[in-house]
Amino acid sequence: MSLVIRNLTVDHGAIRAINNLSFIVEKRRLTAVIGANGAGKSTLLRTLSGLNPATSGKASWGDHNLLKGKAEKHVRNGVSHVSEGKSVIPELTVEENLELGALWRGSKKEAEATKKYVLELFPRLGERLKQRADTLSGGERQMLAIGRSLMSKPELLLLDEPSLGLAPLVVEQIFQTIRDVVNSSSVTVLLVEQNAMGALKIADIGVVLNLGSIAAIGPAADLIADPAIRAAYLGF
Amino acid sequence: MLKLINTILIGLSTGAIYSLMSISLVLVWRSTRVINFAQAGQAVFSTYIAYEVALRTGNFWLALLCAVLSGAILGAFVDFFFMRTLFKRVTSGPIRAIAPVVATLGLLGIIRSAVGYIWGVEVKSIPAPASTDGIKIGSDVLPFSTYDALVLLIVFVVLMILTFIFQRTTLGLSLKASAFSPEIARLSGVRVDLTRTVGWAIAGACGAIAGVLATPNSLLSPNSLDILLVLGFAAAVIGGLESMLGAVVGGLILGLGVTFIANYVGSTLVFLSAFVFLIIILLVRPSGIISGKRSRNA
Amino acid sequence: MPKKLKTRLSLFILLGWALLLLGDRVDELRVYQGASIAIYAIAIGSIVLLTGYSGQISLGHGALMAVGGYVAALASVEFGIPFWAGFILAALISGIFGGLLGIAAARLSGPYLAGTTLALAVGLPSLANQFPILGGEQGLYFDIGMPPQQLGESFTQYKWFYWIAALAALIVFFLLSNLLSSRYGRTWRGIGSNETAIALSGSNPQRLKIVAFALSSALAGLSGALLVMTISTASPSAFPLALSLSVVTGAVIAGVSSLKGVIFGSVILVAIPEIADAISHRVGDTLRISSTLPGLLISILLVFAVLVTPNGPGENLRHLLHKGKSHK
Repeated sequence: MSLVIRNLTVDHGAIRAINNLSFIVEKRRLTAVIGANGAGKSTLLRTLSGLNPATSGKASWGDHNLLKGKAEKHVRNGVSHVSEGKSVIPELTVEENLELGALWRGSKKEAEATKKYVLELFPRLGERLKQRADTLSGGERQMLAIGRSLMSKPELLLLDEPSLGLAPLVVEQIFQTIRDVVNSSSVTVLLVEQNAMGALKIADIGVVLNLGSIAAIGPAADLIADPAIRAAYLGF
Repeated sequence: MLKLINTILIGLSTGAIYSLMSISLVLVWRSTRVINFAQAGQAVFSTYIAYEVALRTGNFWLALLCAVLSGAILGAFVDFFFMRTLFKRVTSGPIRAIAPVVATLGLLGIIRSAVGYIWGVEVKSIPAPASTDGIKIGSDVLPFSTYDALVLLIVFVVLMILTFIFQRTTLGLSLKASAFSPEIARLSGVRVDLTRTVGWAIAGACGAIAGVLATPNSLLSPNSLDILLVLGFAAAVIGGLESMLGAVVGGLILGLGVTFIANYVGSTLVFLSAFVFLIIILLVRPSGIISGKRSRNA
Repeated sequence: MPKKLKTRLSLFILLGWALLLLGDRVDELRVYQGASIAIYAIAIGSIVLLTGYSGQISLGHGALMAVGGYVAALASVEFGIPFWAGFILAALISGIFGGLLGIAAARLSGPYLAGTTLALAVGLPSLANQFPILGGEQGLYFDIGMPPQQLGESFTQYKWFYWIAALAALIVFFLLSNLLSSRYGRTWRGIGSNETAIALSGSNPQRLKIVAFALSSALAGLSGALLVMTISTASPSAFPLALSLSVVTGAVIAGVSSLKGVIFGSVILVAIPEIADAISHRVGDTLRISSTLPGLLISILLVFAVLVTPNGPGENLRHLLHKGKSHK
């Protein structure tokens, strides 16, 4: 099973956000998509999870066509999206947010088991189960968002800017957890990041996006080593 | 002293009915961002169903049950056939802001005309399941009746059921998630559209109960629930529009306020004072008495 | 006088002349309906002004019409003021009342404004019952008197109503169209679409909204006063919730974004009872049908208008033309 994107084009009104994009994400790999603001990173994820309609092209996860059907259908086919900006529901408690992710599976027992796993990954959430999500710190909210996503037992996890607005120490911790999840389970991750260096450090494959098209693609280590990429995207 | 106790009791039982109507508006508002003015029509239709059942069987409880079912079905129907089409079609222009409201008003008119056609425009009544005469305490007679006490009890039971649904069941969690953040709910695999329709059904059922409970103390006509709709809305605003607890508290406050004014100042001023109260609340505490952080510009 | 204003003025005078001639050609019923059309046009215009140009909503304009109607009737009954002054007074007082409401309304949006104004529509007319000076359920009798002798023997009361209403409508729309094409009007239109931009450009959106509400209320009051003139009484039953809803329906059908459709909307409002009558005659006139059919038709039309041509037929047409132009 792999994520296959072929000739994908997405328009926002008159603006072409994604232009004829093609690449493949192999199973159990962590792929980081980096690029400047407005490069089309978030649009890519929103299109893959069914929140944005595509203009043309193809995208599939295994046999499942990602460009057809509503977002809730994709979740049931193993694709889970953590949208930008700490996607938790502030009015609900931490526990409710977590349970929400497992709702569609319909089994309380499985949900309990997954919850135990998630709380092992993010022990701080365990101390705050009964609190409302809007009482959490930014880092905790991001953990909760990822945790909620993991509760649906995804095969493909789409992560949008988990480092946004967080302190460097927290960012490092969250990146490390993402890496651990990939190492310890069978989940495939497509990570979109502004923080290019941090993302490439944990990623297997790097994709550099510029104005909706691929500027470079290759093993993350090679991209970090490439002087041109370093100068243009990594800032040194 | 007796008058005070009486005023409080009557205030609570009228307020309880306002609360139910208020909840039905809040439930729809939270999930769809529309004040469903058609609720008065949906409720009045269901109340006529109850009237019909009560007339044929003489059983108030069966009538109430049928009204609940009718209210739920009608609510789901309105969302499924009207609101979904509306949101697909109306996407831009100055009409966008008013289209949902206008559509629910049109629907109110349609339902009301249909009710007028089916049952005629002359007033009807539903006999109360318990005495509407005042309760006797010693030699004094309270205007507060056994039926009013029953109303309080029924509303309490309904609130308990709602609390259970929203706090303890997966349906409740889906309803809350779809209302507060449809996108995240979708991304979590919740069937948001379906859930919203279920929410409309629950709201419809609450409105129907409010309509049936309000009727034995007054009369039934195609527009007899308009005032209830307006008061329910006022209660929802007092409660901040977003919260069910707020809706209940708002309803009780309004019920007490209205009864106090009717008993101590004069019944002619009831509506005026309710309206002035509504305006004051809107100006002074735009987010309702019960806290709510969202602005009124939502 | 600027040239544009001059052409507009001559256009309106020409229109007035045409309306006058039309009034001589048709029978009494049509003349009466003509008066109703003019009255509804003013009321619908007041909604278009409010919704299309300042982005606010009111479901309670029937109540503001009631204010105007009662003011005109009171002025004549209690104080013996001539009817034309009564009309001006009606517009003025409704305007002040609306301005006060507008202060509250400008801070509210969407659902709050809709609910509050709806409450007004439900409650205010019935409030008239509580004050003996307003005549209770019977209301106040309002008689503007016979048409002046100079107009001749055959000049009927209805024609007189028609003249007054049509003249009022002409004046109102002349002033409105000038106002809306002025700088002020353009700023208003901006509030509906982008309040922040308006604020940044130095205008106070709150104040503009209040002014729009006051002006709209004044127009509603004037149309209410004219309505009371044609039915000779100001009573609670003359201003039911259905009136508020009819006016909104007319505005939606007319297209809320422009004054141009107003006359279309008001013709439909006047035609509906007639159509309903025709239908109920055909199916056998029972009280049941004749009392519910007009309401049903108007509601169906409203829902249909919102669902099918959300911005009004006028808007759709303009879009079509615009598309044609931009595609070449």
